[in-house]
Amino acid sequence: MNEHLKFTRRNFLATSGALSLSFAIPSAVLSQSAKKLPRNLELNNNLDSWIRISSDGKVTLLIGKVELGQGTVTSAGQIAADELQIDFNRLNIISGDTFEGPDEGTTAGSGSAPGCLPAVHQAAAEVRHILFKMASEKLNVDIKALSVSDGIISGGGKSISYWDLVEGLDLSLEATGEAELISPSLHRYIGKSVPRVDIPAKVTGQPIFVQEIFPEGVVYGAIARPPTYDAKLISVDLDAAEKLPGVIKIVRNGSLLGVIAESQEQAWAAAKHLTNNSNWEVKKSLPTHDGIYKWMENYKSEEKILVEEGSQDSSNLKVLEATYYRPYQMHGSIGPSAAIAHLGSDGIMTVHTHTQQPFGDASAVAEFIGMDKEKVRVIHTHGSGCYGHNMADDAAIDAAWLASHSDGAPLKLQYSREEEHRFEPYGSAMMIKTKAGLDSKGDITVWNNEIWSTPHSTRPSGQARRALSARYIDPPMEMDEPKDGGPPNYAAARNGIPLYEFTNKRVSTHFVPAMPLRVSAHRGLGAYANGFAIEAFINELAVEANADPVEYRLRYLKDPRARDVLTKTAEMFGWDDWKPEKNKGRGIAFAQYKNLQAYCAVALEAQVTRRNGKVRVTRIVSAADCGHLVSPDNCVNQIEGGIIQSLSWSLKEEVKFDDTAVLSSDWASYPILTFTETPPIEVELINRPGERYLGMAEASQQQVAPALAAAIFEACGARLRQLPFTPERVKAAI
Amino acid sequence: MINFKLNEKEVSVEAHENASLLSVLTEKLHMAGVKYGCGKSQCGACMVMVDGDKVISCATPAKSVSGRSVTTLEGLLENGKPNALQQAFIEEQAAQCGYCTSGMIITAQTILDNNPNPTDAEIRAGMNGNLCRCGTQNRVVKAILRAAKEL
Repeated sequence: MNEHLKFTRRNFLATSGALSLSFAIPSAVLSQSAKKLPRNLELNNNLDSWIRISSDGKVTLLIGKVELGQGTVTSAGQIAADELQIDFNRLNIISGDTFEGPDEGTTAGSGSAPGCLPAVHQAAAEVRHILFKMASEKLNVDIKALSVSDGIISGGGKSISYWDLVEGLDLSLEATGEAELISPSLHRYIGKSVPRVDIPAKVTGQPIFVQEIFPEGVVYGAIARPPTYDAKLISVDLDAAEKLPGVIKIVRNGSLLGVIAESQEQAWAAAKHLTNNSNWEVKKSLPTHDGIYKWMENYKSEEKILVEEGSQDSSNLKVLEATYYRPYQMHGSIGPSAAIAHLGSDGIMTVHTHTQQPFGDASAVAEFIGMDKEKVRVIHTHGSGCYGHNMADDAAIDAAWLASHSDGAPLKLQYSREEEHRFEPYGSAMMIKTKAGLDSKGDITVWNNEIWSTPHSTRPSGQARRALSARYIDPPMEMDEPKDGGPPNYAAARNGIPLYEFTNKRVSTHFVPAMPLRVSAHRGLGAYANGFAIEAFINELAVEANADPVEYRLRYLKDPRARDVLTKTAEMFGWDDWKPEKNKGRGIAFAQYKNLQAYCAVALEAQVTRRNGKVRVTRIVSAADCGHLVSPDNCVNQIEGGIIQSLSWSLKEEVKFDDTAVLSSDWASYPILTFTETPPIEVELINRPGERYLGMAEASQQQVAPALAAAIFEACGARLRQLPFTPERVKAAI
Repeated sequence: MINFKLNEKEVSVEAHENASLLSVLTEKLHMAGVKYGCGKSQCGACMVMVDGDKVISCATPAKSVSGRSVTTLEGLLENGKPNALQQAFIEEQAAQCGYCTSGMIITAQTILDNNPNPTDAEIRAGMNGNLCRCGTQNRVVKAILRAAKEL
């Protein structure tokens, strides 16, 4: 696993006897007869870019998705080991290396389970099939009479191993889609909780994070951030800064000031000095954290209708309306973003980064520093959990920029806490207006929700102008106007269309393409706010209809798998036997991520202290359906982690800013959930053998806030519609 | 020149005047089990032990450990293998990204050193200065309880 941390360029093709399968048959010829390939394999259809077998018995799996702490690398390994029928520990897994593996785009949106895993299945099956054909010829035994155990193919009293078969061979083939997947009865790893391959290094202190790598002769970089987003550098004393302790060089391009120093702390100190002692022109143009919702509503945005079924005529109905608010929220990685960049004597700029999109970064880095993109190699290396687009890509670009001025020394850069807090691209503030018409039985006859949001993705995706530093150089690179994401995933409207079958339904968005605060993909994009609004409103409507919120949902929820997670969650909670207690309440909510990935419901119990409005969650249960389970324990870890993170968002988190700058600059001014605030959580999975793998890393965040809002209402009568539910807001609403 | 004991071995290291213990342990001594998180004593990612007590290394001047004994995550290994607490983190898969894990284990070790049979509530109170963003708090508590049982 640590192989990819080395700085030397590996060359697999030079390994003697390596099975290299590439470029032999034009894919156009094959595609006429081929079965449909999984999409990621179709896009990277050289088997050689996925699997390599060497004559020493080692198997290398290469994937384009990367490890963010969500377990994707281990799960892909489980699949490769089962399809190849080899022991798991023969595998060396390389992920996210732009010179060595498939381009699988961005590791995001719970897309690895549905995207990468089927590709690995098919690629490994194809390699096994090729090896079987070779063995059949070599052993002169019918292919149907052969079987395999840990790479040893046997039949007719004879046997030969994969490694003997590849000795001295240079095969070249592309995926055809013809190979059959292995029978699930032969799975040894899929469905088992195989321990994550990266955890031992992380608990014993073996270098695995980009922050832990110290190449020979390394120097350290830092950026002197302007006091605010839109500041322009008027004058600076570079000579004074160059004389500061440990400073090797100051690099300037327009308003962008970089420091190269002997240690990270000295680089930060010099950067801080430059920020504080230079003359900046500062604009006061931000709408403030309290003013952001009014600002969004007043922005001239076009209403886009996503769903319009039936009529919105509410005459003779009881009409209810509500507005829900979600503030800007941070990714809040515990480790500020970092990267190492090195311009080698071979003219290759190698960048170690914890980006979610190695290929997208390679092009953006190349553009920013003016190199050919073929000369930029990006190697994904572990970093602190990101939960979306944090500053990982900015760090990669800034490190490469400074490394192009470091006289060939490897350059390491880690942002300061304040920098990461104040300049990361946040999850967008959102506002959702809901309206429903209930008939005399309390049934939801008319439904309407309108979504206001600024953008949700400004990932570089090959474009340097989206990097934070791009706006400060001379001439500045202007950011392109962000667009909202459409179906089936959506961005602002992710999970904005209720899964409930209402007769008359209308959903629309008011997408605001401007960005008073920098924003980008934050775990689940619009799903967290939309899930909050829809589910909180349904809980409110259930109260209005005098109905049980579980039974009320089941009236409109037709998908049996959705019904199953909801009823299972209620059962785990003991919903029907629950007894009210003073100042205590309960709540429940459901969602299927993107309306097409994992299904998940959450029920919880909370207690409110009326004196100060403090909310304490005492217990949470959740049932989830992630399709056919690859690694049950890893799914539980993801569901549980998502619940805890979104409980933190819901109780505590709001980016504060005035008319000039972001004020949330550390964990004191932007607190997150602690150990003592974390309740016991019970998660159960409903396995669906044979069903497709469903992404689950973003499945459990949108249920906590609405369940909590219902519990607070039941506990003390306070109706909370603005996140987060701080003691101040709860107290004011009691 | 600062001389101290690092994971039972004498080390001698040159550092700039204001260097933090964190900076010396990482940049000079390449200890992987120490992470920068906030530089403000707010997150616990950089936790190490000095003479057996937990210390926030980002806020500790390197020169203050002169002549003292510093233990990092690497120093908890026993005969090159994970100790009972580290093993319990593996058994419970008590990590997601793992960036906070080194600081978590150091803090947890000091809890167990002082109280071999902590309750769930005592563990949570003891761990409160260590932040986790992935949401593995309950797994970390389980791992510490498991280690306490083993010891």
